[in-house]
Amino acid sequence: MTFFLQLAITGFALGMIYALVAIGFVIILKCSEAFNIAQGHFVMIGGYLGYTFLVTFGLPIWASLLLAIVTAIIMGLLIERLTLRPLVGQPVLAVIMMTIALSTVLEGLATLIWGGEYKTYHGVLPTVTLRFGELSIPSETSIGMIVSVVAVVILMLLFRYTKIGLAMRATADDVQVVQSAGIKVTTVYAFSWVIACVVGIIGGILLGGVSGVMIPLAEVGIKAFAVVLLGGVNSIGGAIVAGIILGMLENIAAGYLDPLLPGGGLANVFPFIVMIIVLTIRPYGLFGQARIERI
Amino acid sequence: MDLPCGTFAENYAQDIAIFRTKTQWVILLAFLAFLFACPLFFSDRILTILTIIGITIITVHGLNILTGYCGQISIGHAGFMAVGAYTSGILCAKLGWSFWAALPCAALAAGVAGLIFGLPSLKIKGFYLIMATIAAHFIIMWLIIQLYHITGGADGLAVPRPRIGDLVFKSKSSYFYLVMVIACLATFLARNIVRTRAGRAFIAIRDNDLAAEVMGVNLWAYKLLAFFIGCVYAGVAGSLLVHYIAFASVDQFPFMNSVWYLGMLIVGGMGSTAGAIFGAVSLKLLDELVTIVGPILSAAVAPQAAASLSLIMRGLVIILFLIFEPRGLVHRWEMIKAYFKLWPFSY
Repeated sequence: MTFFLQLAITGFALGMIYALVAIGFVIILKCSEAFNIAQGHFVMIGGYLGYTFLVTFGLPIWASLLLAIVTAIIMGLLIERLTLRPLVGQPVLAVIMMTIALSTVLEGLATLIWGGEYKTYHGVLPTVTLRFGELSIPSETSIGMIVSVVAVVILMLLFRYTKIGLAMRATADDVQVVQSAGIKVTTVYAFSWVIACVVGIIGGILLGGVSGVMIPLAEVGIKAFAVVLLGGVNSIGGAIVAGIILGMLENIAAGYLDPLLPGGGLANVFPFIVMIIVLTIRPYGLFGQARIERI
Repeated sequence: MDLPCGTFAENYAQDIAIFRTKTQWVILLAFLAFLFACPLFFSDRILTILTIIGITIITVHGLNILTGYCGQISIGHAGFMAVGAYTSGILCAKLGWSFWAALPCAALAAGVAGLIFGLPSLKIKGFYLIMATIAAHFIIMWLIIQLYHITGGADGLAVPRPRIGDLVFKSKSSYFYLVMVIACLATFLARNIVRTRAGRAFIAIRDNDLAAEVMGVNLWAYKLLAFFIGCVYAGVAGSLLVHYIAFASVDQFPFMNSVWYLGMLIVGGMGSTAGAIFGAVSLKLLDELVTIVGPILSAAVAPQAAASLSLIMRGLVIILFLIFEPRGLVHRWEMIKAYFKLWPFSY
């Protein structure tokens, strides 16, 4: 039982980081109807940025976080302006292919700059060990969980109480109405990409602290897709709940089934199995709105 | 197909013919003669490139029918290739079947895999379908590794070369002929499939699936049919690929290839048989260019430059085509033909 609970609680903390990555995805999707395949690559870049600032430059954690966020903002603005803006009004496939191509370019740049090697900054992040009786959450995971919770709360407040948050929610609802109300939709799009980049990169720094950084870290993006599909693509709350569910399920399944399977690696394929099941049974996820189509 | 002025059809047979003028026939025959004369004057290295291009063309035709014509986007095509590849590899290497019996089985197995992973397409489309096909790719790869008793798992599987009697397709030129015959056949079939009732149904589904359903197109049957045909092509290509390399491993079917096939379709032009060929040829040649330039760059800049160059170049090509030429090379080609059609009086 302790083993089960330990797996569940580690999975919970991991799930919070997945949720953070998934939120970046949902924000872009809600505002601009663009499916951002490159979200996982933002995470990977974030991990490498964390390594550069924390280890190579030896900066303290707050300065590294600040610098990483500034880099993320610049990256988001550039990506939106250069690649996504020309595609406004193009079919879904064009936008998706664009983000896939973007992910390839980001992967190439990361290979060029950081050599595609395994980098780790284990122990550089501050440690907080949470204990519940016999159970403990590993320190990096718990700091990840705390930052994720803070980021999610900040985003919630942003959407609820600021003008740009209101504009983003309105854009998600109806672009034409927003335009006729005199809100610049392009600003909203740019802002949504900036937020997605920032949360991706924060998630990357956290995950990098837990497991080290490598090019395949980008695959966490694919887990985030499973989270998004499970939660319903246009629901931020759904992303959080689904992130936790998936993190726990994955950890438990891997903990119990991996010793039984010769090749192992169930944790990696698990999100895809969830994806196929969700897509076949309930395509709009747990909390998403069912799509109504008219000819 | 736009025709030179003064070409008029006098009966239906003429009207539906693919090749309408004598010039087109002459060009076609000249091209085929040139293609099949290639081994006479090209080196083995160039023949290898051409063979791989031929195999790629077969896959991209399948993807074109599925994505370009039926609108069901698949980013798992390398996975379906792997199904075909391993089916024929296992049948030949472990059970001692002949390649000629294994090839149809490989096609069928890949088609059935396509049917299974195409099932969600009845409920979902666009992004959701993309996720389902990405999931298909990774689940197939995972299964191949897991079933290592049969597939050899991560160690791979040695596959014999095809043979007819005593004639083994061992040399580069003999395999070149084999692939090119199948590629020509695949092109011919692909061009004709989209002109049939099923092909018109595919186009209707792509343009608006609800409207198609209202018109009486059976969505369930035709979407699955598109998946089946697209994956049969992938299975044939996968089988040809492993028998060429004489070895099957999961590394031959990376996820990046699935993306790159779709990139070929975008660069060539979606929903056009010629576009699939243009895309496969041009991007494979670009890959070759990278393998030549990469090592030079690696030596000059940094050791990882070659790997990153290939990635950045692939991404940039897709980005630039999406922004500046979304209809692909085939559109540009039609423009050039239209320009010369009435030249010098272009109005």
